[in-house]
Amino acid sequence: MSRRVAVTGIGIVAPGGIGVPAFWDLLASGRTATRGITFFDPAGLRSRIAAECDFDPAAHGLDAEQIARCDRYIQFALVAGEEAIRDSGLDLALENPWRVGVSLGTAVGGTTRLEHDYVLVSSHGQRWDVDHREAGPHLQRAFAPSTLASTVAERFEARGPVQTVSTGCTSGLDAVGYAFHTIEEGRADVCIAGASDSPISPITMACFDAIKATSPNNDDPAHASRPFDADRNGFVMGEGGAVLVLEELDHALARGAQVYCEISGYATFGNAYHMTGLTTEGLEMARAIEGALDQARLDATAIDYVNAHGSGTQQNDRHETAAVKRVLGAHAYDTPMSSIKSMVGHSLGAIGAIEVAACALALTHQVVPPTANYETPDPECDLDYVPRVARERRLSSVLSVGSGFGGFQSAVILNLPREKTE
Amino acid sequence: MSEPHPRRAAVTGIGVVAPNGTSTETFWKSTREGISVLDRVAREGCEHLPLRVAGQIRDFDPPSAIEERYLVQTDRFTHFAMAAADLALDDAGLDRPATDAAPFSVGVVTAAGSGGGEFGQRELQQLWSKGSRFVGPYQSIAWFYAASTGQISIRRGFKGPCGVIASDEAGGLDALAHAARAVRRGTDVMVAGATEAPLAPYSVVCQLGYGELSTVEDPERAYRPFTAAACGFVPAEGGAMLVVEAEAAARERGAPVRAVLAGHAATFTGASRWEQSREGLAEAIRGALREAGCAPEEIDVVFADALGVPEADRAEALAIADALGTHGTRVPVTAPKTAIGRGYGAAPVLDAAAAVLAMEHGVIPPTPNVFDICHDLDLVTTRARAAEPRTALVLSRGLMGSNSALVLRLGAGDAS
Repeated sequence: MSRRVAVTGIGIVAPGGIGVPAFWDLLASGRTATRGITFFDPAGLRSRIAAECDFDPAAHGLDAEQIARCDRYIQFALVAGEEAIRDSGLDLALENPWRVGVSLGTAVGGTTRLEHDYVLVSSHGQRWDVDHREAGPHLQRAFAPSTLASTVAERFEARGPVQTVSTGCTSGLDAVGYAFHTIEEGRADVCIAGASDSPISPITMACFDAIKATSPNNDDPAHASRPFDADRNGFVMGEGGAVLVLEELDHALARGAQVYCEISGYATFGNAYHMTGLTTEGLEMARAIEGALDQARLDATAIDYVNAHGSGTQQNDRHETAAVKRVLGAHAYDTPMSSIKSMVGHSLGAIGAIEVAACALALTHQVVPPTANYETPDPECDLDYVPRVARERRLSSVLSVGSGFGGFQSAVILNLPREKTE
Repeated sequence: MSEPHPRRAAVTGIGVVAPNGTSTETFWKSTREGISVLDRVAREGCEHLPLRVAGQIRDFDPPSAIEERYLVQTDRFTHFAMAAADLALDDAGLDRPATDAAPFSVGVVTAAGSGGGEFGQRELQQLWSKGSRFVGPYQSIAWFYAASTGQISIRRGFKGPCGVIASDEAGGLDALAHAARAVRRGTDVMVAGATEAPLAPYSVVCQLGYGELSTVEDPERAYRPFTAAACGFVPAEGGAMLVVEAEAAARERGAPVRAVLAGHAATFTGASRWEQSREGLAEAIRGALREAGCAPEEIDVVFADALGVPEADRAEALAIADALGTHGTRVPVTAPKTAIGRGYGAAPVLDAAAAVLAMEHGVIPPTPNVFDICHDLDLVTTRARAAEPRTALVLSRGLMGSNSALVLRLGAGDAS
């Protein structure tokens, strides 16, 4: 019998409120946390809106040294990690450290600090032969993406497999998926899993401006992120982080831990089509969903809720709707499918983990979070997107899907613990 | 875990783009002859920087290897990756019709530790000198760590599992292990490895913060692990991709099983905490041996991490002894990367490639520029040593604290 994997702790830093209670309150109320960019002057950008976190690292227990040394996205991971470990009740001092792993995702890692220091060493972009004497003392930590998992592993004294995963916008789902496989395959008993990104910086905003992927609804930021709505016109950049404590089920039960849910399936495939473009058929995402279902030994009709990638670009939402219909068939029309990006924006690599956390909370509360701002149906997106208002519903198995640059398509399945049938 | 895997992961193709050779053949010839190609950094914009020596690729002509439309949207690290993947697939005898027949059966996993630095610096310069409208449409897909996996998948039509390990140096071995696990889980072929291009001026500035970086000016003295003169490591560009294939699938299509990825384990002991890496590396070795069902005495050669920092070298020598017992002081150890430098995540993938070639050719390549060993190791120095290695152990540690070990066994038609 293969090893099963439980979620026993959750921690979140997201726009609209730090910590699980504030996050769930936002989702359950259907409020949005998108606004005009305040971190820098966005004049000149096509998209000047974002979902920013009001985050005070000191108020969340980080000391001055940690704040100076760690990029913002790592601070998110430390704070979310702290909350998740506390929530799990796990006493890491009692664990064999070689059996505790870390798997964290990030799409753009330390680019905010990389850009900050670049401006210093290049005299505002004036020189190719940059002056190293102007660089800050922690620049190398921003350069190395592995700083993310490394810093969290040091904090929690994990000595098992420690990985940073960077598959663009599916990083969060993939990091959780890798952690799930790590425990399932017996390479660790506990894995601190999740993702973090803080991409609201001039270079990253300009990147997405250049390909018109982000919404130009600058006059109405609160309603700018409109997944599945006919008037959607791009995603709204977000930031944040989520950390889950994954644990081998028997290990969790033996210590009497609360079990939010199990992670029971994960799969990822590439579309081999385009770095940023999607087909209308959704064949590869469908394949990922099927792969995750196979692993979870679930029939497609068992899915009670689909947590969509739902970025709010024209092509994504069509693609994803097609993929879900391809696998769920007629059942797709009876299955609520919503995008929390309507409320917390799209935090690139982080969002997949934030969405997995939302799924775990949805299972716990038996509530489906809504798609905020959904008003005008799009004939090509004809599923039940849970418009604006959260909905109570019996949930036992839920699906979270993600799609990203590189053509990557990932799916994770979570379910309430099933009877053990050994 | 310790049971033998029903679907063994075989190496059926090797593709190398390295400072000492932009084909697998030239890389191996130079590696076995122990020719050091470390040289003064000769990159525009780097002349004034305190990094003096690096492993640079000089004879790689991107347009002759990669189509224009892929070149313009990618950084140098992805050029290397696409070229190395082509070489590996050719080597494995997997052409486009073969992989098109079952696109979901072929996946890609790369390790990436430095991203598209040169491309990124150019676009940062556009943004900050001219304005956001001058940032090009490819910055979003060229700079990020997932660029190589995505582009290989798209360019070759591979729809299987795609992954990116953005870990430190040890991530290169973790990527190979990731491929082996994907094969065991049912994917027939994984193209796996790492390439890096960390020598753009701003990337070099970023690396200057690594306390372990060598800033010595003399190429012959800049990177000398395991000696009293050890003064840090020299960075490098390039890397390798391997075709990792289900053994049964390889046999079915008549492809030689050149080696088997038999065991792997990874641990973590803290960034730059080299003394502690002794315990972590030893634990990783034990884990890899356990998964491979391999006794310490079966290890015929060790490809060392060889960081070139005295404390780290000592920890590695002791870790080998801790994990392999008395055999640890007798087994030949080598570090051919002293000829080309350390290409971050790519370094241990090149070592894995060299390990397969060493087993196939019955020769252990030497460790150039290294003479008086100050540790209790049988380090192969000066010239290659004839041997018949059938099992190799490849070690890697990262600056951010990861330790990884991989056991490779010679395939040679062995159907056991």
